[in-house]
Amino acid sequence: MFEATPQALRRRRQERIATSVLAAMTFATVVPLFAILGYLLVKAWPSLSISFLIEPPRDLQTHGGIWPALVGTIYLVTVSLAAAAPVGVLAAVWLNEYARDNWFTRTVNLAVINLAGVPSIVHALFGLGAFVLAAGLGQSVLAASLTLAVMTLPVIIASTREALAAVPWAFREACWNVGATRWQTIRAVVLPNAISGVLTGVILQVSRAAGESAPILFTGAVMYKAVEKGDLLPYGLNESVMALATHLYNLVTQINGAPESLQFATATVLVGVVLLVNSTAIVLRVVLRTRRKW
Amino acid sequence: MSDPCAIRVRDLRVCYGRREVIHGISFDVARGEIFAVIGPAQSGKTSLLRCLNRTLDFTPGARMTGVVEVHGQDVARTRDVFGLRRQIGMVAPLPVGLPLSIYDNVAFAPRAAGVRDRAVLDEVVERCLRQAALWDEVKDRLGSLGTKLSGGQQQRLTIARALSHDPSILCLDEFSIAIDPVTTMRIEDVLKQLRETVTIVLVTNLTQQARRLASRTMFLLNGDIVELGPTSEVFSSSPADARTYDYVNGIFG
Repeated sequence: MFEATPQALRRRRQERIATSVLAAMTFATVVPLFAILGYLLVKAWPSLSISFLIEPPRDLQTHGGIWPALVGTIYLVTVSLAAAAPVGVLAAVWLNEYARDNWFTRTVNLAVINLAGVPSIVHALFGLGAFVLAAGLGQSVLAASLTLAVMTLPVIIASTREALAAVPWAFREACWNVGATRWQTIRAVVLPNAISGVLTGVILQVSRAAGESAPILFTGAVMYKAVEKGDLLPYGLNESVMALATHLYNLVTQINGAPESLQFATATVLVGVVLLVNSTAIVLRVVLRTRRKW
Repeated sequence: MSDPCAIRVRDLRVCYGRREVIHGISFDVARGEIFAVIGPAQSGKTSLLRCLNRTLDFTPGARMTGVVEVHGQDVARTRDVFGLRRQIGMVAPLPVGLPLSIYDNVAFAPRAAGVRDRAVLDEVVERCLRQAALWDEVKDRLGSLGTKLSGGQQQRLTIARALSHDPSILCLDEFSIAIDPVTTMRIEDVLKQLRETVTIVLVTNLTQQARRLASRTMFLLNGDIVELGPTSEVFSSSPADARTYDYVNGIFG
């Protein structure tokens, strides 16, 4: 009754080939991640411990832990987020909800896109010139954080706009039709429904900022700061800091006599911080998605 | 407010960029009538409604010239565009339940206008849901999401919301294209009752719906009025313009 024609056989073969190629490519994307994680963990194993996390380095950084760098990274990220998130999110709201399509808006859009494409080392030089020297902040948490903020700002704007644009236009029109202002509409309907996308975008920038070394290299990161074990507030805003990414760079290139596992343990912690932040974003997204309202 | 005209339109032109979609139309809508606007797609029906409550402002590049008066007030010169929008209830083609609770959907407009008193809001919500023939179905779950209602219920919720700011004019833009015939008939019954208190502008591409409900019907085609008259004449065997006959009898359009 249903005889397999040559065309049907060919289609079936094509379908099988397409499916396997696509699946193989998808698999290929996850292989590097697990390979990196496995390699890091194996190499780092001898040095990994809780005390490695909470102790300061000893013996010219050839032994001991990474607490000052860990807490320094957390500081930098928090301060940069405090600067970039409000500015980025509010600017995105204006661009997406208020701005008319004119030369000014188009220029701003172009600037945001290009800012996102500027290499991080250029941000570093800008931060050195603008924050460290011109603004007189010196090499400090504040200067480094602001540099990171400038770097993450355009991506926060872009991801926030995307989240806002995902809220159906009909909701806005329905609100305007009953005499609501733009701001009432944004507060009641647009923001509450875009918030998961907004937060995810912001948090993903946190992990990016945590992993960057170039922008903080000239603007606030130093090779060594004396910090007590487990000290939660070791740095002032006007002080220079240690950070995980630059600490790793120093361990590998500048410091002689440290065991190899120490370098890998530092790398593991850095990757761990980034993965932790990313999974927070994923969990948040899932939780807020299940409360999706349409 | 003794003006017998609810809406007065004079030489209205609407452009999107350089493209003119309404070419200078003039008509009046009397207080308390059901005024139907029929015509095929792209004839300017929705643009016309968007001029009435100035939501055309939100479309980049859109421009209107001519005079549109709502209760004698020139919409282009009104100082309170939000107040103007509250005089007009607007129902869109596709049902839009806001992603809020059923209660908040209806209470949204009064709240936006500054009403905070819970008792007043309760009263508005119940009255509007009753007017929209939805109260009995949702009175026990006012806290559940408006977006989770069925299409027909959401459209009645949209009507309830459009009535919640106590408009004197209700505009419906092809309200029945996304809902089933039974719900459509229920809403038509609702409209017949509302005729006592509000002026209704009914934009529809179901010509029979205009025939059932409207006292007067306007046939718009490509941004021009082809014919405007009592519904019985527009739908008679010899309307003033032959194109009207062809359109309402399904020969074109």
